[in-house]
Amino acid sequence: MALTREEVEHIALLARLELSEEEKERYRGQLSAILEHVAALQALDTSQIEPTSSVLPRRSRLREDEACAGLETTQALENAPASEKDQFRVPPVLG
Amino acid sequence: MNPMAALTDLDVKECLRTLDSGQVSSVELTRAFLKRIERLEPEIRAFITLTPERALDEARKADERRAALEKTGEDTPPLLGLPITVKDVLCVKGVRATCGSKILENFCPPFNATVVQRLLDAGMVILGKTNTDEFAMGSSTENSAYGVTHNPWDLSRVPGGSSGGSAAAVAARFAPAALGTDTGGSVRQPASFCGVTGIKPTYGRVSRYGLIAYGSSLDCVGVLARSAEDAEYLLRLMAGYDPRDATTIDVPVPQTACHAKGHLKGLRVGVPKEYFITGIQPEVERAVREAVGVLGELGVEIVEISLPHTEYALPVYYLIAPAEASANLARYDGVRYGLRVEEGGMPEMFFRSRGRGFGAEVKRRIMLGTYALSAGYYDAYYGQAQKVRTLIRADFDAAFEKVDAVAAPVAPTTAFPIGGHGDDPLAMYLEDVFSLPANLAGVPGLAFPVGFDQDGLPIGMQLMGRHFEEDTLFRIAHRFQQVTDWHVCAPTL
Repeated sequence: MALTREEVEHIALLARLELSEEEKERYRGQLSAILEHVAALQALDTSQIEPTSSVLPRRSRLREDEACAGLETTQALENAPASEKDQFRVPPVLG
Repeated sequence: MNPMAALTDLDVKECLRTLDSGQVSSVELTRAFLKRIERLEPEIRAFITLTPERALDEARKADERRAALEKTGEDTPPLLGLPITVKDVLCVKGVRATCGSKILENFCPPFNATVVQRLLDAGMVILGKTNTDEFAMGSSTENSAYGVTHNPWDLSRVPGGSSGGSAAAVAARFAPAALGTDTGGSVRQPASFCGVTGIKPTYGRVSRYGLIAYGSSLDCVGVLARSAEDAEYLLRLMAGYDPRDATTIDVPVPQTACHAKGHLKGLRVGVPKEYFITGIQPEVERAVREAVGVLGELGVEIVEISLPHTEYALPVYYLIAPAEASANLARYDGVRYGLRVEEGGMPEMFFRSRGRGFGAEVKRRIMLGTYALSAGYYDAYYGQAQKVRTLIRADFDAAFEKVDAVAAPVAPTTAFPIGGHGDDPLAMYLEDVFSLPANLAGVPGLAFPVGFDQDGLPIGMQLMGRHFEEDTLFRIAHRFQQVTDWHVCAPTL
C-alpha cells in the first residue's frame, strides 16, 4: 500500500497540517510501511462481527440535567493567544 | 547514614506511617524528596515542570491541618502531606500542562483533573509535572519537546513511555508514587522498564475529566508506585463515578485485597502462548515463567491458554488510536489556547500553528488517523479495526471463563538504548505488542518487577483481569511481593 505524494498532500490538507517538502517525503515512506503492516487485518473475515466503538461493560450513568456554574469568561480567555471584548480574537477568515 | 537519604527510601505506606507518628513533618519529607530531585534530576530529567515552592506551601498547610485535627481528635485525610508527582497530561490548576508538546508550552489549566482533585482532597503534595511522550504518543519518552528522560537503572537507556517521567521518578526515589496514564501500555511498559509497580485500571474505573485526550476509547489514568499494596491504596482514592466523565461507571470500589496473609488457593492464572513469541528476549521469558512458577508455589493453579487474536492487536491499535487522536487533536487550532502562528488569514493560522506546534510522531499519527477515517478508506481501515477489536475482546471473555487472571510479559525486551529505534516508527510500535490488548479489551493490567537481565535492567510481568476485578490482580501481586524482593531493589544513583 504505497501512498503517492498527492495522497500525502491531500491527507495533510484534511488534517490542516503544514508540512515541509522533506516531511511529505518522509511521511510518504513511513505511512506506506505502516499501512502495509496494518493490512494484515484484511485477512480476517469479519462479515458476521459487530464493531466495538466502546468497551464499557455496562451503561454509563447520566447526571441530573441541572444547570451548574462553568468557567468564568475571564478564566476561559486566560489561555487565549488573543482576545478582545470578552471574545477570542482571530485573524480575518476571508482574505 | 544520611537521614535525608533514608526518608526518600520510604514507600507510600511507610511515608504515611512516619507522618502519622509525628516522626517527620510533611515539610521535612517534601524537602527530602526535593533535595534528592535537585541532586539527581540533571541526570534523570524526569520532570517538565518542578513546583518546589507550591509543594512546600502545600506541605506546610498539611502540617498545620494535621496539628489542628489532632487537637480535636478528628481523623486525618488518608494522604495528608504525602509528596506525589503528576504526569504532564493531567490538569493541575495554575500549573502549566504541556503534554510534552510545544503547542501547549504556555497552557495553564483553570481547573484540576478529577483524579488530581481527589488526591488533593486526600492530602497529596504535588512535587511537579513529569515528562511524557508528546500527547502520550510513544513508548520511550523520546518524543517529548522537553528532552529525553533517562532510565535510572542505566542512564543511556530509555525509561519506557509514555509515562517515562513518572516511572523514572518512582525508580529514582524522587517520589513514592506518581500519576500516569495508559492508552496502549503507557503505565505498564515504563513501570516494567524502570522496575516499579504500575496499574492500568479497567476502562471506566477512573475519571478522565482533566486528562488531555489522546485516544478516548482507550485512555486510562493509572498510578505507579513501589508495590502493589501502595498502587492499590492510591487507586482506591482515585477511582469511582464522576458526574463530569460520562464514561466512568458507577460500581463500588472494593475494599483492600492486599491482606497480609491472603492465600491464593482456588485462583487460576492463565499463561497465553501467544505472548511467548520469537523475538522475545530470552531473559524476559525466563523471568516471567519463573514468576509464574512462584505463583504456582503460592497455590495458584496455572493454566496454558490461548488468546488467538493477539497478533492483530498492534494493527488494530495503530488504526483506532490515531483515528481518535486525529479527532481529539483537531482542537489545537490556535484559537482558544496553545501556540498561534499568525501569518496571513485564519486558514493559514490553522495550518501553521499545527504544523509548527506538533512534533514528528504526533503529526504522523494525525496523518495516519485522518487517512483511516477518510472517505473511501473508512470501512477498510477504521471499520475493520473496530471489528477485529471485538474479536480481541472475545478472546479475553473466553479466557476469563476459565481463569481469574492472565499472566504475561509487559514488553518483549528490557529498556532499549536512547535513540535505539532511530527514525523507524514501526520498530517503536512493535515495543507495544504485549501491552495493547488490555487497552483494546478495556481490562485492567498490573505490571510489577519479576527479575533483571544480564545487564541489570528490570524485567516486568503483567497480570490482566476481568473488568472491575483489579482486586484479584492486587491480591496476587501483593502475595508475590511478600515472598520475593524484586520490587524493593533500587538503582544505584
